[in-house]
Amino acid sequence: MAGENMSTVSAYSAMQINKEVKRTLRKERINSYFRYFVLILTGIFMLYPLAWMISASFKPNHEIFTSMSLIPKDFSWDGFINGWKTGTEYTFGRFFLNTFMYVIPKVILTVISSTIVAFGFARFEIPFKKFWFTTLIATILLPQSVLLIPQYLMFREMGMLDSYMPLYLPMAFATQGFFVFMLIQFLRGLPTDMEEAAMIDGCNSFQLLWYIIVPILKPAIISVALFQFMWSVNDFLGPLIYISSVEKYPIALALKLSIDVTEAANWNEILAMASIAIVPSIVVFLIAQNYFIEGVTAGGVKG
Amino acid sequence: MANVTFEKVTKVYPNGFEAVHGIDLEIRDGEFMVMVGPSGCAKSTTLRMLAGLEMISGGKINIGDTTVNNLAPKDRGIAMVFQNYALYPHMTVRENLGFGLKLARLEKELIDEYVNEAAELLEITPLLDRLPRQLSGGQAQRVAVGRAIVKKPSVFLFDEPLSNLDAKLRASMRVRISDLHKRLKASNQPATTVYVTHDQTEAMTMGDRICVMKDGYIMQVDTPANLYKFPANLFVAGFIGAPEMNMVEARFIKSEDGASQLRFSDQLVSINERKSKSIRAEHEEIVIFGIRPEFINLATEETPKEQILTGTVVRLENMGSEFYVYLDVADQSLCARIPTAIVEEHLLDAEGKDVDVFLDIEHCHIFNKETEENISL
Repeated sequence: MAGENMSTVSAYSAMQINKEVKRTLRKERINSYFRYFVLILTGIFMLYPLAWMISASFKPNHEIFTSMSLIPKDFSWDGFINGWKTGTEYTFGRFFLNTFMYVIPKVILTVISSTIVAFGFARFEIPFKKFWFTTLIATILLPQSVLLIPQYLMFREMGMLDSYMPLYLPMAFATQGFFVFMLIQFLRGLPTDMEEAAMIDGCNSFQLLWYIIVPILKPAIISVALFQFMWSVNDFLGPLIYISSVEKYPIALALKLSIDVTEAANWNEILAMASIAIVPSIVVFLIAQNYFIEGVTAGGVKG
Repeated sequence: MANVTFEKVTKVYPNGFEAVHGIDLEIRDGEFMVMVGPSGCAKSTTLRMLAGLEMISGGKINIGDTTVNNLAPKDRGIAMVFQNYALYPHMTVRENLGFGLKLARLEKELIDEYVNEAAELLEITPLLDRLPRQLSGGQAQRVAVGRAIVKKPSVFLFDEPLSNLDAKLRASMRVRISDLHKRLKASNQPATTVYVTHDQTEAMTMGDRICVMKDGYIMQVDTPANLYKFPANLFVAGFIGAPEMNMVEARFIKSEDGASQLRFSDQLVSINERKSKSIRAEHEEIVIFGIRPEFINLATEETPKEQILTGTVVRLENMGSEFYVYLDVADQSLCARIPTAIVEEHLLDAEGKDVDVFLDIEHCHIFNKETEENISL
């Protein structure tokens, strides 16, 4: 009798449990539909301009502003072909090269100087360290445009106008406080035991930096390089101020050049070149993607 | 010769905190010295000063005949094993082991030879091409020890190397490190070792001598057996040994015949003449009476009456081969280690009841209440 009772009870509770499980699953499913709906909608909103730009570069000029559709009615490569030629004596390839002429030194100098300065801040006792650190943070908060005029005057005195030097030379002195700060935070999160072990193993400070710190900092350093690369490629104001001859124009100025012409702008050409202009950033990002994400989170979380 | 001497070594931090108060210590050539103490006793700071990772605020540290106060860590002829292994995460085990030798610009063949030799000694040869993240805790610690051996230093420093391992692994690593030290010593290689730990089992089983520290002072330096048998003060008596020594207040009473007595509230225990002679206390002085749990036994019919205390059994703890019997004697707590057979025969239902226990006074210690010094040595 008792056994029978027990089995009835357990069968009943099994039914209850089943019901409960089903209800939970249904709730979760509805939740996830809702979540995806919101995410996809937001995604479309954010990606639409980019998709529009790319699709517009395949449209003839007259179609761009007359139709909202992303699919060109008259598909044509003209935007790319004519855009590449540009209205100047140089092709767009020249402007690409020009961009790399200052972006690459800028990235390299930033990485080297920021790493050294961050290492100094994070691991050495220096007089008035707090004051210097506060100064560093203050430079992050300072709007870049405040420095434009004094910097311009300085570089004019040094005879460096219309060259790429003013664009990358300051990077040799760890002037990008944000990157230094990011690396310091990353370093602060690392235990010092490894460095002490290396010191006992016979490292001096530079060997310590080169053999131990840099390999461990690699994700953060790659993030710094990536940020600097993307920001520099997109930089408009810097080249606008210092570069005056068209033969030295980087992409950002070249795009603006096409809009400047007095006759109606060929938007399909401009948008085609703009689409090409974002390719390097995307490629570099994809290559370094894993490190980049690891670096951003590691720097943030550990700090 | 690689003896290590500390002469009046002090450490004061920039905020004015004095962590180490002028310690003197000699570690003999080839000796395994364990520094032990509770956390915050400055044992690690002392080790780090010896390693050159902390500046010395005063005094002198010598390794062999050289004063090393101002020498960089790499020039001190030391190797150190850290608590969290501190392996270089981007290098393979082989590279980790050979890194110090590479910096010393040894030839590649020689580096390989030394690395293989150390790897064999520690049985990590199959791991040589792995990265540290692919190692278990025990393996990583063996690699860390290997990194120290490879350099053939004059002094080995260990900073709580086994704290991150589980109990079983810790026991086997303990044996391994001890064996390694013996082997190095037997083969006439430099083997002077300074080993910091907070674990008294490690200290007792590994050290040739133990240096017990507290709050930046050295409490006692002696062999494990002597520390256990003849603790110099209350701190050492309490720190070494588990369960710890019983320490209860008592009144010391001198008799005219040269013998003496201890009064616990209303109970008296006699101390024979020989033992009494060694006690430097005044008549009627309140002292701390210390006795290890193994020297308290159940009284039998033959037990002399004057060595019996009566107490109430408060709690029994079964340890398998023996019981810890907690007694309440004159409102103070005593712990006795009594073999299981005896407990099962006499004490199983004794909780809350009064029992007579015999104190083996020959092995007791008397401490001064103010200075906490052992006044019965």
